[in-house]
Amino acid sequence: MVVPPPESVKEIVVGKTLSEKVWDEHVVRSAAGEPDLLYIDLHLLHEVTSPQAFDGLRLADRAVRRPDLTLATEDHNVPTLDWDKPIADPVSRTQVETLRKNCADFGVRLHPLGDIEQGIVHVVGPQLGLTQPGMTIVCGDSHTSTHGAFGAIAFGIGTSEVEHVLATQTLTQARPKTMAVTVNGSLPEGVTAKDLVLTLIAHTGTGGGQGYIVEYRGQAIEELSMEGRMTVCNMSIEWGAKAGMIAPDQTTFDYIEGKPEAPKGADWDAAVAHWRTLRTDDDAVFDEEIVLDASTMTPFVTWGTNPGQGAPLGASVPSPDDFDEPNDKVATEKALHYMGLEAGTPLREVKVDTVFVGSCTNGRIEDLRLAASILEGRHVADDTRLLVVPGSVRVRLQAEAEGLDKVFVAAGAEWRGAGCSMCLGMNPDQLAPGERSASTSNRNFEGRQGKGGRTHLVSVPVAAATAVRGTLSSPADLQEV
Amino acid sequence: MDSFTTHTGVGVPLKRSNVDTDQIIPAVYLKRVTRTGFEDGLFAAWRNDPDFVLNDPTYAAGSVLVAGPDFGTGSSREHAVWALQNYGFKVVISSRFADIFRGNSGKAGLLAAQVDEKVVQRLWDWLEDHPGGEITVDLESRTVRAGAGDDAVEDSFDIDDYTRWRLLEGLDDIGITLGHDDDIAAFEAARPGWKPVTA
Repeated sequence: MVVPPPESVKEIVVGKTLSEKVWDEHVVRSAAGEPDLLYIDLHLLHEVTSPQAFDGLRLADRAVRRPDLTLATEDHNVPTLDWDKPIADPVSRTQVETLRKNCADFGVRLHPLGDIEQGIVHVVGPQLGLTQPGMTIVCGDSHTSTHGAFGAIAFGIGTSEVEHVLATQTLTQARPKTMAVTVNGSLPEGVTAKDLVLTLIAHTGTGGGQGYIVEYRGQAIEELSMEGRMTVCNMSIEWGAKAGMIAPDQTTFDYIEGKPEAPKGADWDAAVAHWRTLRTDDDAVFDEEIVLDASTMTPFVTWGTNPGQGAPLGASVPSPDDFDEPNDKVATEKALHYMGLEAGTPLREVKVDTVFVGSCTNGRIEDLRLAASILEGRHVADDTRLLVVPGSVRVRLQAEAEGLDKVFVAAGAEWRGAGCSMCLGMNPDQLAPGERSASTSNRNFEGRQGKGGRTHLVSVPVAAATAVRGTLSSPADLQEV
Repeated sequence: MDSFTTHTGVGVPLKRSNVDTDQIIPAVYLKRVTRTGFEDGLFAAWRNDPDFVLNDPTYAAGSVLVAGPDFGTGSSREHAVWALQNYGFKVVISSRFADIFRGNSGKAGLLAAQVDEKVVQRLWDWLEDHPGGEITVDLESRTVRAGAGDDAVEDSFDIDDYTRWRLLEGLDDIGITLGHDDDIAAFEAARPGWKPVTA
């Protein structure tokens, strides 16, 4: 399926890919033998990966170069219960208070816990309209790739790089290779962007995208809503890609128009005119291409301890013998042991203790509407707990305005405040040792959702149906109500 | 940052692939606001297992980690690099690193030496025959060496030229970039007015 272009073809092409266009528009300085110096249009901050960067600025007596291109919020550490009270965990509280002090000292706009614009940083950027096509966006968080859904180059950075961007508004970056993931056909009814990207990652493995900026294209991608596109781009990092992006189109423009920080009037017209040029030229050539067929995709879930260890919901838990590579055999054996699964068990028979709907992957309003549509008139199974965590305060308020919270509560779910929550278990929302979850988040690593916790990554419809039946399920498995 | 030229230290075999950053240091250990003290969270879950390699006194002074492919996948947390450094590691050898982890290592001064998968296997075999043996990693010549006899291992490793130069010189990245301030200012003057601002 992977078709590298012959070298002779590459030399004569003049066209550029989407990522090359956006990259070239941001090169401040380029020199032979050195990485490019890239300008950063938007720098997002949160409490976990920024304190040491601000400390570095203080030690060197440096300022934040462009506080007007910087935005901070509190998400990883914050409680989703009692969010109007001081944070109970003193260490978490110190980290959040450190962000507040740093933002005050350096003049950075902050949306703290309790603010109407607070939420997961990757939900907040797009809903404010700050995430726009053709931008470069970075954050000390690997799921920054989410913003690529708008045709931006967006990627996660470490704390040293956070400090570099704060001080210079630039980053030194080697130019990545380009890859196209073309998804032809339409997704069948009930199959979502999450199933699409989990299918892709099972195909490529967790390292398949390494060194590439990936452009997702093709009919199935074009047919996705912005929320769906964000879900796909969000998980680019789970197969190792530097970034994932989707060419902006009318769906993108319609989503941005009217958002608080979107361009207005003549600026809007100028911006859209430019955004329309952000498409891969017909004669451009990618370094690598993967082609998938959406029409054959089905609900997809993970059974192992990395996002590439997944299978269709209708399949069974694989055996180490199903794999040819020695590393894959060992990894499968270790994963099954950790997950407490027997090879050959139908995935639909795997009993789940906790269902988590939320995160920067699937915590937007469209996700909550979809979950509510399945839970309406139904009830969460005995011995199963369902946690619904909106991605931002705005998402929570919108859901409450639409009455979705009442559907969740009537179904026996817990309706919570906004934040990263159980996706990474940094706040009190964690799995107990041995507890099993079906989670709409992005990582099923050992202990990710709590020490000893076992995670199955799923789509929103699978999460909702699983909550009702108590075993991994899709809405097709539910009785009519 | 201190400069890095060569390092010789006890090799520690970590016979696992896909060692993600949640394994290197779980999220609950990321709440400190300093760059130090993260050694307590290093491989936290695995260290409960008495058979885990770091619980073997043979490797108590370990400073060269030899790991399976796809090391450092997942989160962007530089805390993973700090945890390894705080514990005493100077070098990680693997056949494939996740991009962000590799970048963070270069910035923080931990050497991420990429070798062929066969070299990892040969180092693991050598360490099995010589538990507690030392591995030398020479950044100048880009070579990794273990032992001297018939079963000695010697091979080259990959690291990009720019990171190698910065590590050898111990250079401050931000200082280098601020030297290009005129270029940055010129770029800023030409940015379109409709680009969004947060203030």
